[in-house]
Amino acid sequence: MSETHFEHTVNPSEPTHHSHTVVSPKVYALVFGALLVFTALTVYASGVELGVFNAVVALIIAVIKGTLVVLFFMHIKYSSKLVKLTICSGFFTLIVLLALTCTDYISRAWGLW
Amino acid sequence: MDSQTVIVPQSHAELEHEHSPHLHHHFANMGQQREASNFGMWLFLLTEIMFFGGMFTAYLIYRNWYYPAFVAGSHYMKMWAGTLNTVVLICSSFTMAMGVYSAEMRNRKNLIRYLSLTLILGFVFLGIKAYEWHNEWVEHHVPGLNFSINDFTHVDARYPTDKPLKVDMAEKTQIYFSLYFLLTGVHALHMVVGVSIIIFLIFTAWGGAYTTGHMNLIENFGLYWHFVDIVWIFLFPLLYLISRHQ
Amino acid sequence: MSTSITLPDQQTATLPKRSYLNSEYGLKSWLLTFDHKRIAILYLITTSFFFTIGGSAAALIRLNLLTPGGELVAADTYNKLFSIHGIIMVFFFLVPIAPAVLGNFLIPIMIGARDVAFPRINLLSWYLFVAGGCFELYAIIWGGMDTGWTFTTPLSTHYVNTHVIAAALGIFVAGFSSILTGVNFIVTIHRLRAPGMTWFRLPLFIWSYYATSFIFVLATPVIAIALALIVLERFTGIGVFDPAKGGDPLLFQHLFWFYSHPAVYVMILPGMGVMSEVIACFSRKRVFGYTAVAFSSVAIGVFSFFVWAHHMFIMGISNYSALVFSLMTMLVAVPSAIKIFNWSATMFKGSISFDTPMLYSFSFIGLFTIGGMTGIMLASLGMDIHLTETFFVVAHFHYVMVGGMVSAVMAGLHFWWPKITGRMYPENLGRLSAAILFLGFNLTFFPQFIVGYLGMPRRYHAYPPDFQVLNVLSTAGASVLAIGYLMPAIYLLWSLKYGKVAGANPWNAPGLEWQIQSPPLTENFVETPIVDFEAYDFEWLANQTKSEVQTIG
Repeated sequence: MSETHFEHTVNPSEPTHHSHTVVSPKVYALVFGALLVFTALTVYASGVELGVFNAVVALIIAVIKGTLVVLFFMHIKYSSKLVKLTICSGFFTLIVLLALTCTDYISRAWGLW
Repeated sequence: MDSQTVIVPQSHAELEHEHSPHLHHHFANMGQQREASNFGMWLFLLTEIMFFGGMFTAYLIYRNWYYPAFVAGSHYMKMWAGTLNTVVLICSSFTMAMGVYSAEMRNRKNLIRYLSLTLILGFVFLGIKAYEWHNEWVEHHVPGLNFSINDFTHVDARYPTDKPLKVDMAEKTQIYFSLYFLLTGVHALHMVVGVSIIIFLIFTAWGGAYTTGHMNLIENFGLYWHFVDIVWIFLFPLLYLISRHQ
Repeated sequence: MSTSITLPDQQTATLPKRSYLNSEYGLKSWLLTFDHKRIAILYLITTSFFFTIGGSAAALIRLNLLTPGGELVAADTYNKLFSIHGIIMVFFFLVPIAPAVLGNFLIPIMIGARDVAFPRINLLSWYLFVAGGCFELYAIIWGGMDTGWTFTTPLSTHYVNTHVIAAALGIFVAGFSSILTGVNFIVTIHRLRAPGMTWFRLPLFIWSYYATSFIFVLATPVIAIALALIVLERFTGIGVFDPAKGGDPLLFQHLFWFYSHPAVYVMILPGMGVMSEVIACFSRKRVFGYTAVAFSSVAIGVFSFFVWAHHMFIMGISNYSALVFSLMTMLVAVPSAIKIFNWSATMFKGSISFDTPMLYSFSFIGLFTIGGMTGIMLASLGMDIHLTETFFVVAHFHYVMVGGMVSAVMAGLHFWWPKITGRMYPENLGRLSAAILFLGFNLTFFPQFIVGYLGMPRRYHAYPPDFQVLNVLSTAGASVLAIGYLMPAIYLLWSLKYGKVAGANPWNAPGLEWQIQSPPLTENFVETPIVDFEAYDFEWLANQTKSEVQTIG
């Protein structure tokens, strides 16, 4: 994993030498273009009658845009597993907040026992 | 997508350089310090996710309860302003990313150029937002201060097929606007903080602070700026694009 | 009684010439320090201060409840008293004390680091805590607030005209202190471990604090937004919690308890970490089931996020949702129980000595178990309808928080006192205080289980006369409990000057913190230690010679 001065002990806190990857401007430009395209797409989609799926489509596009920013602008694609896991734990907690709160609101109108 | 990454060989001396003036001595080397500060910044962003998360929870509940009111309220948002602001922020994320790249490439002039562009775009966003807020005030859509449901109990000329709301549902548009001001307000507050930090960064970058190999602060601020952009990416459809087809 | 204390010869022993305490002198060197150990002491002073304030409010509450008519204070004043007691004790004592005091002091040393990852942010944490505390004190002195520490809407937003905004802002600011501490600890534990200190060689103390730190980071922002919304609602009347304007008061409670439930685990997990260390040391035995205890800490941290609405069973949430949360609450008890079993197994066939920290640990195990089991009673929906908002709940959470956590804090404070100060406290007084605390605590809170079960509501300044005997017992117990807290305050301070010199390892305990001098150097270690031993490795400890202890001077 990492070279240390101690041959027989692994230093778990040494930075993971996966190298400090520099993302090229070409990638940034491509992502930038994609984000603009998705923005246009979401504006267009909001004008189309899809019923309840309007919200779904809008959110899916927003998630895609957000993921692009996180992966490339924020360098997550090139980051350590630890950072990836950390972000996932953040979103997981957010989902728990939204979902479990919804269990209350969704079921309030159900038949009373 | 081809990543086309460039591996910048950091000289061994640099990586293990224990006498860099930037090294804090509870760290063994600069690499450890950089990773620690990056990780710390991500943890801080986790707290921001949960902070906005609370507001999104409120939005989710009330949109489900008062959907017609939310539709009516959203129709009064200025599409051009929202779309333009989204584009502005996406551009600013791009310029910020390019700023980080310039710092990595030790290009002081480019770094300052990109930071300045990001700053200008940030101001443009805030300016448009201020205009929108002023507009809400003029149209009597500010909850708690001068809210009037008049607009919602009468037919909206731009959506002639829409039925106007009954009074009790029209009153719920105040909740929509409360959430609107809350979400965009907290977001704008984060923008203001971001813009202030950019000004500080431009000054210190002028003195060469981030183009000598120690660019933690630029990198970490970049993370913050992108996060604020992502929040807006979600706010835009949730506030401006509720059922525009009607 | 057997004791495991070995002190150096008092005729010749002296405190080390150089330590973090005398590296610099003067108020400025303390107020502008980046040393995690000094920051821990700063936190100890401020949290102790808040403890006395919260304790005084408690004393007044118990005095008022001596008589059924509640004649001591007016009803409004009583409301303010229990609100202040709750807010101060929860947000300004229990939440910060173990992480900010013991955590700040010990985490870097236990993992072999020189300091936490972000020392300046550590100091900022303390200043934010003090700032939040000042807001809170302002709110109290200028008239207090009377909604209870739970700020239940719409009472707090529409029906009281007390200093809710100031109180809420105080907690908001103090919350940032917690967040920054949490971030600091997570990065420190991940990135600053010494060579050889793998995850499974870490003391279990660190695992508990790691779980605590994640709760800090993920849960605190939600109460921040909840309180911000209260402030906005009071200020501008936007209606987000106002039923008349279409808002839902329960939404506030969802956001509030989303933090406040994990917060109680923030309050107990560090105490469990202390238990692992103390019980292992005073049983002369490694903790039974290291992996189980480590993963239980993480499991408690994760599960704590799934149970918050058990505070809202009668508030109007749907029965179906209540079912889900009730089930989750039963599940979250499992990892805590696993830990209790493991500590008991650690003591089994161990060589137990009855020193003060161990006495507090016995206190913890017994009282936390009772508190935990009454929690299960409350988790079942049918029982909760009868017991909620009565003194049963009050007794339940005081058993876990005071019987559990405060006992653990006392255990930890006594256990690491020689390390922090270089001096030993008087052992016999320590044992006496532990016994007094245990007696006083049970006398105070056990009657509350009974009186709550019989139907006495909480947060009422008066009660039916039938309950008076039990209330008088409870108040008597509170006086004894107060003595149990006063005594350590006195003799610990006394020991600073007159206590015996402790030496590096008076307990013969394993762990990196006992391999360095007492009090430690500012930089903790003379050289970065290389860890090639497991946690709680008593055999390794026995083979260490005296010269391997790093004492300067």
